[in-house]
Amino acid sequence: MTTETHDTRPLREASDKLWYAGIFGAAILGWLAYGQLIPFSEWITALFPVARSSHTGEAIAFFAYDVPKVLLLLTSIVFVTGVLRSWFSPEKTRAILAGKREILGYPLAAMLGVLTPFCSCSSVPLFIGFVSAGVPLGVTFSFLIAGPMVGPVGLGLLYGLVGWKIATIYLVFGFSIATIAGYTMGKMGLERYLQDWVRELNAGPVGDLPEEKLTFVDRLKVGVEQVREIVGKVWIWVLVGIGIGALIHGYVPEAMMLKIMGGEAWWSVPAAVVVGVPMYTNAAGVIPIVEALLGKGAALGTTLAFMMSVIALSLPEMIILKQVLTLRLIAIFIAVVSAGILATGFLFNFLL
Amino acid sequence: MKTVKIYGPGCKRCEATETMVRDAATKLGVAVEVEKVTDAKSIAMAGVMSTPGVAVDGKLVHAGGLPDVTKLEQWLIA
Repeated sequence: MTTETHDTRPLREASDKLWYAGIFGAAILGWLAYGQLIPFSEWITALFPVARSSHTGEAIAFFAYDVPKVLLLLTSIVFVTGVLRSWFSPEKTRAILAGKREILGYPLAAMLGVLTPFCSCSSVPLFIGFVSAGVPLGVTFSFLIAGPMVGPVGLGLLYGLVGWKIATIYLVFGFSIATIAGYTMGKMGLERYLQDWVRELNAGPVGDLPEEKLTFVDRLKVGVEQVREIVGKVWIWVLVGIGIGALIHGYVPEAMMLKIMGGEAWWSVPAAVVVGVPMYTNAAGVIPIVEALLGKGAALGTTLAFMMSVIALSLPEMIILKQVLTLRLIAIFIAVVSAGILATGFLFNFLL
Repeated sequence: MKTVKIYGPGCKRCEATETMVRDAATKLGVAVEVEKVTDAKSIAMAGVMSTPGVAVDGKLVHAGGLPDVTKLEQWLIA
């Protein structure tokens, strides 16, 4: 009698179609809006009673152009990344990396660091999960450095705001730093500087979770969920970052920028790292600042060093890691990664 | 009575997961005891690497992100 219990398939197919249509429609709308950024920002700027070429006019134009641009880019990058990452999980990554002592383990870990979804709030369980399952310490560090350092958000925004050349340079060097820093720390035999309880921990029961089967629409939903969560969280940092970028763009004289962040001032590279580490923001917030700095003639090496240290070395993350690493190991970690960042900064200031 | 453990350092999503578990239990009329595990060591010992993780009666059923409501209900009935 009861015929309505069974076939929910037509219903699901209809909702699937709706999802495809919705994503497609959003992509078209976003693309059209992206084409209107300049007229839009000029229109906004004209609403203010200031001359377009004045300092304030320049700052407003920068802000009105960058805010919609960064938000559009950010949304699409986070969406695409969310969908791609739904094929990866920390559990699968750990299975791939366990026991990989050979040299290939490091670049592989750096690559998986970019592709595996994890938030810094779970970096402690992740760290323990890796180390206790036999992923070598150095390989684990390569993974942990690459994740934030060469994240898709940073790369995508660099590409959109500063251009493909600098985005590629950043990708190559960020990736190399993660690989080499992990390798160096692996060679140093740092296991003895883990917190005692971590060393005593034997392989925790490897979570034997049944793998969740996802349809493609499920993955699209993961992407949308990521957009809601991440864009909902970082938009304020984006506005602050663009605000700072706009002030630099409008008000800082080029001559002053050349003096402080130009290629001649060798000390500007270490200074950029010292300023960058305690700064707490994320890739989406720092790249508009990078855009403005480069526009004003800051040297590429100095700017790269600043950006890398802001994104890859953050104090809150170090405080979280303090639960598993001794202070000494944290200091070594910061020193090795900073050395890589400094080398990159000096190299580019020297070359260009 | 089901014992549900939620593993997570106390992030927003962990709290959201707790609410989801309680709501599902109320809806299904299943008695549950929810315990939140926030200590990093215990989280790691349970084999959870991505939080929030969910275990029902000692068996880990989910890790990473908010659980799916339909699946959550299945775990509570099973």
